[in-house]
Amino acid sequence: MSLLSLDNVTVQFGGLKAVSEVSFSIAAGELVGLIGPNGAGKTTVFNLITGVYAPTVGKIAFDGKAVAGKRPYLITARGIARTFQNIRLFPSMTVFDNVRCACNMHLKHGISHALWRGAKVAAEEARIEAEVMELLGIFDLADDRDANCKSLPYGAQRRLEIVRALATKPRLLLLDEPAAGMNPTEKMELMKLIRFVQEKFALAVLLVEHDMKVVMGICERIAVLDYGQKIAEGTPAEIRANPKVIAAYLGKEVSPEPIGGT
Amino acid sequence: MREFERTKIVLLVTIALVALLAFVCNRSPEFLQSRIYDILLGIGISIILAEGLNLVNGYTGQFSLGHAGFMAVGAFLGSAMSLGIAFPYLDGPTWAGAGWTVIFKVLQQGFAWLVNAFFWLHNGIIALSSGAPGWAKFLIALIYGGATAALSGLLVGVPSLRLKGDYLAIVTLGFNEIIRVIIQNAEPLGAQRGLTGVPSNTNFFWVFAFAALTIYVVHNLVHSTYGRGFLSVRDDEIAAESMGINTTKYKVLAFVVGAAFAGVAGTLFAHQKQYINPESFNFIRSVDIVVMVILGGMGNTVGVCIAAVLLTILPEILRDVAKLEWLPIWLREVAENRMIIYSLILIILMLARPQGLFGGWGKKKGAA
Amino acid sequence: MDSSTIEFIQQLINGLSLGATYALIALGYTMVFGVLRFINFAHGDILMLGSFAGFYCGPWLTAFTRKLAGNPDPARDLTGIQEWVGPWESLLGLALVLVVVMSACAVFGMLVEFLCYRPLRNRPRITVLITAIGVSLFIESMGQFLFGAAPRFFPELISDRSIDFSAHGEQWAGLTLLRSQVLTILVTGVLLIALTLLVKRTKIGMAMRALAFNPTACALMGVNVSLIVSFTFGLGSALGGAAGILSSIERPSIDPLMGVLFGLKAFVAAVLGGIGNLAGAVLGGLLIGVIEIMVVAYGPATYRDAVAFAVLIVILLLRPSGLLGRNVREKV
Ligand SMILES: Nc1ncnc2c1ncn2[C@@H]1O[C@H](COP(=O)(O)OP(=O)(O)OP(=O)(O)O)[C@@H](O)[C@H]1O
Ligand SMILES: [Mg+2]
Repeated sequence: MSLLSLDNVTVQFGGLKAVSEVSFSIAAGELVGLIGPNGAGKTTVFNLITGVYAPTVGKIAFDGKAVAGKRPYLITARGIARTFQNIRLFPSMTVFDNVRCACNMHLKHGISHALWRGAKVAAEEARIEAEVMELLGIFDLADDRDANCKSLPYGAQRRLEIVRALATKPRLLLLDEPAAGMNPTEKMELMKLIRFVQEKFALAVLLVEHDMKVVMGICERIAVLDYGQKIAEGTPAEIRANPKVIAAYLGKEVSPEPIGGT
Repeated sequence: MREFERTKIVLLVTIALVALLAFVCNRSPEFLQSRIYDILLGIGISIILAEGLNLVNGYTGQFSLGHAGFMAVGAFLGSAMSLGIAFPYLDGPTWAGAGWTVIFKVLQQGFAWLVNAFFWLHNGIIALSSGAPGWAKFLIALIYGGATAALSGLLVGVPSLRLKGDYLAIVTLGFNEIIRVIIQNAEPLGAQRGLTGVPSNTNFFWVFAFAALTIYVVHNLVHSTYGRGFLSVRDDEIAAESMGINTTKYKVLAFVVGAAFAGVAGTLFAHQKQYINPESFNFIRSVDIVVMVILGGMGNTVGVCIAAVLLTILPEILRDVAKLEWLPIWLREVAENRMIIYSLILIILMLARPQGLFGGWGKKKGAA
Repeated sequence: MDSSTIEFIQQLINGLSLGATYALIALGYTMVFGVLRFINFAHGDILMLGSFAGFYCGPWLTAFTRKLAGNPDPARDLTGIQEWVGPWESLLGLALVLVVVMSACAVFGMLVEFLCYRPLRNRPRITVLITAIGVSLFIESMGQFLFGAAPRFFPELISDRSIDFSAHGEQWAGLTLLRSQVLTILVTGVLLIALTLLVKRTKIGMAMRALAFNPTACALMGVNVSLIVSFTFGLGSALGGAAGILSSIERPSIDPLMGVLFGLKAFVAAVLGGIGNLAGAVLGGLLIGVIEIMVVAYGPATYRDAVAFAVLIVILLLRPSGLLGRNVREKV
């Protein structure tokens, strides 16, 4: 059974159908790419899945249960986490606290404990600290733990967003252009990291990325959006050969070769 | 981890110190009659109000403009407790010949039941505490004032905290006015005349013990997992929701805690002045508290505390200035109208230093 | 028609004329919100300034027009439209007062925008909100300082008498329709038509709409945003000033804090109609006026000032975009 499935999902903003009758699904542990020209509706699909917008029509199911229109925090609690295309870290907090925030969901102590700060709180905070530091370590951010998140370079902020999303312990991770603004080497590094955490935490990943080279190299399956509609879906090789996709990218060449080259 | 223990010790030491100071104060009856003592109590009450509001406006970023409403709830219901004012139960509707208006009558009946349940609780506590010694009765009144204000905070917060920014400010202001109008119409609470003869129970100990408790609670909340929830709501609500944070829960929590302290402050205020009038809990009063929070730097416990002290002393100084005969008459009139100065403080602060007078220092850095 | 129907019509008229005043102020809130996305807290106080401006210059200007007309007898018999709205020389006087006060308020509104809001154009909204609260308090307290806190009596700009309906039948005798009520509704109507034409037909109106639709694109297309914002403030404040005059003719007791409740209720009206929507502001204003008067007449009158807030809370919970507003979602 698929982990996430979108069934005939449409959302309308005034007269604009930003996403129109889109259906697709993701299986557990799969790495799927979502591509399309600017304004195709990729971010909107993310917003629909995570509950930021409710679909006008259509069903979204996660793990067999309907999630469409639920509050985002409830959807996150089910096991979907995301990053944002325009970075949305918590600007007043340190790197460490940004990630700790995302652990709040899994905390068990109540308000009286928070006020009394007894042994239970201390133990729980220690556990969180260990978890957070491990994640920060994977993404090479452990040394910056006490820096303000806004003082980090752009690429590090993007990585921090991924760490923060991982701290919610998701089963499905949605990444919205995680490599935007990075140079090719950084991109490669990041993609390796994504592969690494995907395997380590047994995650399904839905990746939006404009760099065809990257997408074709890393994804097992790709869905293509154009003007809110899904125009193609398949393996990287199929997508590269699909005339509709080529037309949508207006003759732009769809990645000459996969990552790592032949 | 040792920091965890430290705050508790600081709280206990402060309360002990307050008790000691209160004891010293009590030795000198002239001091208890003096204006300085009055101002001191005012400062403590301001600290409770401002720190409670700081949790809402500062740390959680929900701009509330109705804090005086919760203060009024605490002042009137806490005083009712001390004065032993019981509420007469509401009558249900008359059912005869209802016809289609039966819908309204059912609603009316439900409302009457709800209100009566509250009245029953209120009257019951009065009956139970009637034999208690003075200090215990006052403590009950304080807790009761805080609890009822917290309840009203919950009732106000749940619907209004869906709104943001300007809307929230105006809706909370609206609730402030609604609470005031309800009290003005409540005959047992003295309606428009207010309540007189409230026992003079407020003293140095109670005021500063509660001020210390307020700071302790706000500080510990802010430096806990809950505090990270508050800050994340302030920083970016959408990101917070997407990280599994129930923003409504945190907003309402901050609001309820702030309201509870406002209620306690209201009860203390009533038992200090011994006379309260609904008119004095209007929106200007709320603005007073908001100015303290803004001047201190929203979300800065130390700064807000200093601002609360300064802005409680300022009107007293201005009152003295207004009496100086050698000053030009217009200056004396300006001094008498403290709102001119408050509003200028607000405007100039926002234009020149929006982070507040003390913003930037003493601020939470992150790690607990 | 029985007396209770007449009574109802009477309350409806009272409600509409009060609502017309709310509508004028609500228009100012809505226009400023349209171009700047912020609620000008100080807008209600413009009404108070308008009232006091009328208080000071009104008697002088009406005396001037009376002199112009050669001091005709104010008690003489009038026919036709004049019977409804008063003698022409006092109408001229009122028009003159309106023009002077509206211009003064417009200048004041633009000045406030220039001094207090313009430097904060790209600052966080909370900063602007606090400034607006500060400005509002400043105007009120300066009003108390300059005009005194005690209520003043607004001069009689027109001879405000009730129009006689008894000629149309016995049962109408109970109805009182004041000239000021007719004038309030008429002047509001005229200003409204002028405003609609301005916004729909002129170049500056088009710029205002463009700014409301998409500020970034608007600036990129070479529209002088500061000029438009300034103009909008001026326009809104002028309407606020007019509201001050009109409401004071009907309710002549004026004081420096009168703008607070008027402003808040008008704000509720703007939200009720859908903030950013001109027709909505008028609809909301009239509704709030009628609801308020109906509660005073048929409900618990002491809750008069709480009614508007109750309406606000209900509308924000049920339909936050207002009756005529569009639902806009934050882009993520
Ligand atoms: N809240 C909203 N209100 C109105 N229109 C919206 C909203 N959110 C998105 N849109 C519109 O929906 C369309 C799809 O936007 P979306 O951000 O999903 O595209 P995208 O595929 O992520 O593009 P990009 O590659 O530039 O990130 C765009 O035309 C956008 O303007
Ligand atoms: Mg996008």
